[in-house]
Amino acid sequence: MAKRLSVIDVDLCVGCQCCMFACNRRFAEAGLSRSAIHIKSVGGFERGFVVTVCRACSDPPCARVCPTNALVRREGGGVTLHMNKCIGCQNCLKECDIGAIFWDKNMNKPVICVYCGYCVDFCPFDVIKLESIRGE
Amino acid sequence: MIENDTIKRILYVDLSRRRFWVEEDEDLFKSYLGGAGVAIQLLHKECPKGIDPFSPDNPAIFTVGQFNAIFPIASKMVAMFKSPLTGNLGESHGGGRSAIAMRMAGYGALVIKGKSETPVYIAIHDDDVHFRDASVLWGMSSSYTVGRIIREQEPGSGIRTIMRIGRAGEQLVSYACLITETYRHFGRMGLGAVLGSKKVKAIVISGKRSFKFKDQKLYRQTYKEIFKSLVESPLMKKYHELGTSMNINPLNERKVLPTKNLKDNHFDLADEISGEAFAVNYLGRRVACSHCPVSCIHIAALREPYESEPYFYKTNMISYDYELIYSLGSMLGVGSSRGLLKLMDEVEIQGLDAISTGVALAWATEMKERGYLSEKETFGLNLKWGDYENYIKAIKLIVEQPNDFFRFLAKGVIQASSKYGGTEFALAFGGNEMPGYHTGPIAYVGFITGARHSHLDSAGYSFDQKFKAAGKNLVPQEIANSLIAEEKWRQILSSLVICFFARKVYTPEIVSKAYLVLEYDLVYDDLLKIGEKILKSKYDFKTREGFRFDELKIPHRIFELETLFGKISKDVVKRSIKKFKDEIENL
Repeated sequence: MAKRLSVIDVDLCVGCQCCMFACNRRFAEAGLSRSAIHIKSVGGFERGFVVTVCRACSDPPCARVCPTNALVRREGGGVTLHMNKCIGCQNCLKECDIGAIFWDKNMNKPVICVYCGYCVDFCPFDVIKLESIRGE
Repeated sequence: MIENDTIKRILYVDLSRRRFWVEEDEDLFKSYLGGAGVAIQLLHKECPKGIDPFSPDNPAIFTVGQFNAIFPIASKMVAMFKSPLTGNLGESHGGGRSAIAMRMAGYGALVIKGKSETPVYIAIHDDDVHFRDASVLWGMSSSYTVGRIIREQEPGSGIRTIMRIGRAGEQLVSYACLITETYRHFGRMGLGAVLGSKKVKAIVISGKRSFKFKDQKLYRQTYKEIFKSLVESPLMKKYHELGTSMNINPLNERKVLPTKNLKDNHFDLADEISGEAFAVNYLGRRVACSHCPVSCIHIAALREPYESEPYFYKTNMISYDYELIYSLGSMLGVGSSRGLLKLMDEVEIQGLDAISTGVALAWATEMKERGYLSEKETFGLNLKWGDYENYIKAIKLIVEQPNDFFRFLAKGVIQASSKYGGTEFALAFGGNEMPGYHTGPIAYVGFITGARHSHLDSAGYSFDQKFKAAGKNLVPQEIANSLIAEEKWRQILSSLVICFFARKVYTPEIVSKAYLVLEYDLVYDDLLKIGEKILKSKYDFKTREGFRFDELKIPHRIFELETLFGKISKDVVKRSIKKFKDEIENL
């Protein structure tokens, strides 16, 4: 069954961004340029945080606008990126209303959640969880 | 150093000529690691001898370390400058998003030189540097509003730092701070005033990079090990749960909580302003610095009704910590938690260092109580212990400086007492107002001798407690040795730059192991030698600017009250300082 990352309770988020660094460490790299999850404040730390991550849509708009079929709908929801087909047009980036597609400037390619759940182990407050989704 | 590490890049910004450039110095970061180690070298190089701290030539230097953004809780940035408060080494550390933002923008250091003719804020986004007009922001009454406006103007939401000064910095109050992301600060030693003198209202930095390692497996393993310690270790639990304010009750019970300008060591109303009381009655949210899983930042929600309109409320969110509760609470006899929160809020609005502000007002209150000051000096204010409403007015007057008295108070308690008297109860050491520990002689020897005269220098307050628990005698040589050993190691932590809260997690073994990931082979002895060199550089700078161990003044007040060891022996303090001086001169 397909998996996706879910935000369980955003009010538990303290804005430590350890999930962002964890995501980048999937490639054993330190930093943020390849992170597919983003934390920002609602508008000042005192008001809490927003967690932006791919929702694994069942009919993903990002895949619909990809001219080269580099982004393809994944069985059960969400997308898979075929890097070798991507031309870096940024259509997908513009099409995602929640801003869950990020951009790797060095590679000139999108950074998209692969639903691996590595970040979950580095969220000390259980804000996020990997869950199974029922495909349509 | 790992290949392509941008830590070696130093961004220079010259405000006078509105120019910027980047210089690379790999050797500097190899020899001194980063953070405090690199900052002191740059300060020696960039700060001309004997200059006025408000001279355009006084540089504001910001540095990060090689562990920032690579390992967790390496989340601090170091600032160095010539301090307008002490006249020598100004060193202040801040968290928030500042360190990670600078590391991710691709710099190890930022050196701000010169002076702008008109108010500016500096926006650094990766390789782009902009001088933005800050005329509209200059003179704005609240630092919160300044943050809000910049937030809407600049890109990089979530990964940027927005560091800004308040009115206190603009007005050159010697203990004005630099606020970062709201609620975090480069608090001590007057960095806000140095930036104010340069007409810099704010600095925004953002970037998004990544670093690769040869041994990828080692990186992930080492990271995981450190992270696990931080999350699971009982060592970090207190910072996470109640936060530093948990210290209030134990210190009060042991009668070592400075109260009413240290006329007392115990505050009857401590229960009302304890960490427990704040957590139960006011805690609204806990937040964290970037890349730190501990989340020690505690923010209170204070709901206040409008007097003019029924059923209208405003909710202020106010950050509290131990040092603020001590300096604006017990030290001023403020036992109303609501009143104390309002005081903290005013300090944040104006952009002042909370410790210096509280200690300065405590001295002024005792002066008034003794009849050494009239209401002419206090501008009509009747300063009284616990009267937080008058203290709020006094904070505004420190910033506005409407008369000579407040002009002097804005220079710190040493300057004010030199003019108006009461030096024996003006509680500053080496020019810096004291933090909240009346634990015993080692704390005071630490405040006096530490390179930046802070309890964060050498943990004297902690040695008091350790010596007491172990039933040890107060031997001056041992006191000096303990403080110096701690100081040497702290130079390493503050060069990496790791939050001192995690000092027991980042043991020498862990630091060495983490360095292997960065392709360095540095064992404890190597690190200590570097720590020693950094420490020596700091005292060299201090001495260059006129600091003399032999001329240090100790306010008599500290000898009047009981500590963990009974009353402090002046002889032990003086002999310990002498031993400390000898050790430093032998470095």
